[in-house]
Amino acid sequence: MELYNGERPSVFRLLEKYMRKGLYSILTQGPIPTHIAFILDGNRRFAKKHKLPEGGGHKAGFLALLNVLTYCYELGVKYATIYAFSIDNFRRKPHEVQYVMDLMLEKIEGMIMEESIINAYDICVRFVGNLKLLSEPVKTAADKIMRATANNSKCVLLIAVCYTSTDEIVHAVEESSELNSNEVCNNQELEEANATGSSTVIQTENMESYSGIKLVDLEKNTYINPYPDVLIRTSGETRLSNYLLWQTTNCILYSPYALWPEIGLRHVVWSVINFQRHYSYLEKHKEYLK
Amino acid sequence: MDLKPGAGGQRVNRLVDPFAQISYHFLQFLWRTLHLLVSLWYLQVSMVQMIEGFLISSGLVKRYGALDIDKVRYLAIVVDSEEAYQISKVIQLLKWVEDMGVKHLCLYDSKGVLKTNKKTIMESLNNAMPFEEAVEKDVLLDQKQMTVEFASSSDGKEAITRAANVLFMKYLKYAKTGVGKEEPCFTEDQMDEALKAIGYKGPEPDLLLIYGPVRCHLGFSPWRLRYTEMVHMGPLRYMNLGSLKKAIHRFTTVQQNYGT
Repeated sequence: MELYNGERPSVFRLLEKYMRKGLYSILTQGPIPTHIAFILDGNRRFAKKHKLPEGGGHKAGFLALLNVLTYCYELGVKYATIYAFSIDNFRRKPHEVQYVMDLMLEKIEGMIMEESIINAYDICVRFVGNLKLLSEPVKTAADKIMRATANNSKCVLLIAVCYTSTDEIVHAVEESSELNSNEVCNNQELEEANATGSSTVIQTENMESYSGIKLVDLEKNTYINPYPDVLIRTSGETRLSNYLLWQTTNCILYSPYALWPEIGLRHVVWSVINFQRHYSYLEKHKEYLK
Repeated sequence: MDLKPGAGGQRVNRLVDPFAQISYHFLQFLWRTLHLLVSLWYLQVSMVQMIEGFLISSGLVKRYGALDIDKVRYLAIVVDSEEAYQISKVIQLLKWVEDMGVKHLCLYDSKGVLKTNKKTIMESLNNAMPFEEAVEKDVLLDQKQMTVEFASSSDGKEAITRAANVLFMKYLKYAKTGVGKEEPCFTEDQMDEALKAIGYKGPEPDLLLIYGPVRCHLGFSPWRLRYTEMVHMGPLRYMNLGSLKKAIHRFTTVQQNYGT
């Protein structure tokens, strides 16, 4: 199989690829995560560390991303989610936000081309988040690649843009409310609640007793499903920064010190080994919470 | 740790070819050897951490002598539910936290074991008050006593679901009167208010310490973890004061840019 960037493989690359295959054949003797999520932290610090021009860190980060996705899909990980752009990131300097949007547009258009990783691995690409906040060209390109890859089924790449977990939770509440509203229109309890509540203040005594929205409704309406098994945040940072807070109840959090452009196969392998070490424990915890 | 075989391990029944059988068993051997080496690595790391913890506790490492504890406005501790039955260990941990000067603490385990033992735990602490009582008496800003909040998995996603129903009812009321918008449209501030209205007034912790086998928050309220630093402390049975001081010291040196 040709490499995702369309180049003819060199002997060194072929040897490297077969060594990876050998490593995967050992790792796949144990359970492999279905879904790995990534927080791409450290691009700007990488650029500063290596004295790169502005945007150089993000470009290096994109190459690292392609490598990491290759390793994941070769290993048999079906879902990969990346935190590409947070709603909080809009507070960065305008030219930096514009640069990231332009880079995203350029890379999305590149992904649609032949010989890209998308076609090599039969990847279905989905953009998730509050996409209304995206600029029109990026939104159009995102819609285009989602339509173009909708029938791909081997692997799934979820790209979280204009995303925060708290925004996602509120979105899930809105969607669940809309779906439930038709069911309750003629409900007697609602009539009683409306009869007793005449002010705009929330009447908690009446409201708490009504359970129209269920937990399963919210879970169905989150942007990202299935839930990740492992979340890797680079740069040694130990927080989630409003990412996948709902989905990481039973997820291993791994924070290697490497900056995002420095991430490599060893980090992906280490996260899988730790997943295998704690697989039984987390499965038991999932069962308990069901 | 209990290693379970994966898809590769389940192929044994279909292996008829002797060469395939040999290569399967060889790969299984390599896989278990790999995990044995990793376990030895973690054992070595734990021993180093225990020695380091002992040195810090003894005051031999000056760097951790003075902690800027005011930076930890709200501390959360997540304990694996099976380990939470070691109530004496939990009480010892809380006494260390209390002695360090932490003013607000949330104790969480997913099954609610700590909640069940709330009375025993509170009676063992010198100068602590339940969080609900502090809220009721409006003494949260009073720095004289440590407030302790007890939480379990029902205070996480299930609480958010209950708050969702509060918002839903408000939406239905407005929809019925024809005053409200056609589609539900809520904000994060409204979600905050709804949670507070049903009794969930605990703030977002600055630091979350995880005592258990895995670095995983095990269902701590998703609404309260946005920018919380999460540190894995290892199993509760190996806890030591030095590691606790190191974790808090490290937190006080972190700088967040909150996405900017």
